[in-house]
Amino acid sequence: MKKYLSFFRLRLVTGLQYRTAALAGMVTQFFWGFMEIMVFHAFYKADPSAYPMTMEATAAYVWLQQALLVFFGAWMFEGEILDTINNGNLAYELCRPIRIYDMWFARSVANRMSKAILRCVPILAVAVFLPEGYGLRLPVSLPAFLCFLISLAMGLLVMVALNMLVYGSCLYTISGDGMRILFASLSEFLAGQVIPLPFFPEKVERILELNPWASMGNVPFRIYGGDLAGAAMIRAMILQALWLVILVAAGRLLCAGGEKRAVVQGG
Amino acid sequence: MITMENVCKSYRIAKRNAGLAEACRALFHREYEEIHALKNVSFTIQDGEMVGYIGPNGAGKSSTIKILSGILTPDSGQVTVDGRLLWNSGGERPQGKRLPGRKPLTKQGRCSRIEHVRRIGVVFGQRSQLWWDVPVIDSFELLKDIYSISKPVYRNNLEELTELLNLGELLRTPTRQLSLGQRMRCEIAASLLHSPKILFLDEPTIGLDAVSKLAVRDFVKQLNQKHGTTVILTTHDMQDIEALASRILLIGKGQILMDGTLEDIRHGGENMDETLAELYRTYEI
Repeated sequence: MKKYLSFFRLRLVTGLQYRTAALAGMVTQFFWGFMEIMVFHAFYKADPSAYPMTMEATAAYVWLQQALLVFFGAWMFEGEILDTINNGNLAYELCRPIRIYDMWFARSVANRMSKAILRCVPILAVAVFLPEGYGLRLPVSLPAFLCFLISLAMGLLVMVALNMLVYGSCLYTISGDGMRILFASLSEFLAGQVIPLPFFPEKVERILELNPWASMGNVPFRIYGGDLAGAAMIRAMILQALWLVILVAAGRLLCAGGEKRAVVQGG
Repeated sequence: MITMENVCKSYRIAKRNAGLAEACRALFHREYEEIHALKNVSFTIQDGEMVGYIGPNGAGKSSTIKILSGILTPDSGQVTVDGRLLWNSGGERPQGKRLPGRKPLTKQGRCSRIEHVRRIGVVFGQRSQLWWDVPVIDSFELLKDIYSISKPVYRNNLEELTELLNLGELLRTPTRQLSLGQRMRCEIAASLLHSPKILFLDEPTIGLDAVSKLAVRDFVKQLNQKHGTTVILTTHDMQDIEALASRILLIGKGQILMDGTLEDIRHGGENMDETLAELYRTYEI
């Protein structure tokens, strides 16, 4: 456990060195969130009855998504890991007494968490004080908030497990660009990051909700806003856990095979 | 003790001629060439030896180091390091002792990669193991946790390495701002924090200036004398060999061509590089 915490510490230390990046990210996400909420408001005013979520829940969804962007950003890969595979520093990774999968998993979780810690607090703090319908309201209830936290953690792990499949496949193909681009554009749509999943036509939504991408931000953000509750919430959380188990098992197999096949080329 | 018996390794390399037409042709039909990087390589190295592993570019030096450090799978042959059977495509059961407390052997009776690398140190002169953006000491702390090095051992080793390699202020500098020589000293220290009994150095002095080279050589010599660390060193710098290696293994075209001492290959007054070039010519490599 200690070694994994250690990755986290190093990541946090590294993250703290990029103050400007954190500030720029915060400003961008704040304005992006604001714009998005204005757009949703326009829709809401046009026809409130046709609106699939409450305005409060939508605002909460948008703000949480912006504040925790780095938790579920599918375009966010560990450049270090991909470089390692490309330039052969993998040789050193293989010389460590630790499983490649575990090491990269820990590193990715640490990377996303350390970045989020720096950025989410100011955004959330501002969002809480915005007027009703625009801002982030407090959670519906304490149990809902606890479920939100659990689901958030599972969502992060699912995201990283998906990332790991991309890294694992790079052990076979050397260049990961194709996989990466395909994966990033596909998942942004399927995860409900462009628009929340409830805004899709009902039949499409029902199918989309089953895919692993829907087990990331979609579940916790909707739990927080009260859009997902009761039996539906439990079902969604069980699905999250299920995907997590499947994805980690698949990733481990992939990496174990890749480890043996990998040839570090050159002198 | 390190033994390699009849180890073979070949790579498949895609080849084509220059030009667009050729590139298009290669889309459909690709020609591969089988390169035999290692052909029946066998040798034994005793504890505490310092061995220089030399040969021209592409002779198979790095492949050997990678196989010995457990990160490259040979096609056939048996490799044992300190009683740990790494590869046994010969199919024999290992004589290696079980390591206490852990599940040491894989299904085929081999020592797992993780159990092996815990006990060796490796420096790849052309690669870096330090985290680029943070001070060196942060990388060291991470390695301490990865290898589960106990606090007193870590403190001792760090102190000793800092003194011998003259790291001092370097530890507080981000890796990206170190010069090559400074970085290499840190890389070597990083590989020794967990007090390995065996150290593989793959071209550790490549690109270093005279002062840094001397520092690295002195350090390796002291390490070997004081701790009895077995050192296997690949290099193109004959002065490294002269200063360090009591024994020389010459490899060419994937085969061990000579196993002897420096005295065996030196005739009279010529300088070391000429000696080596002469040697390569004799073996036509």
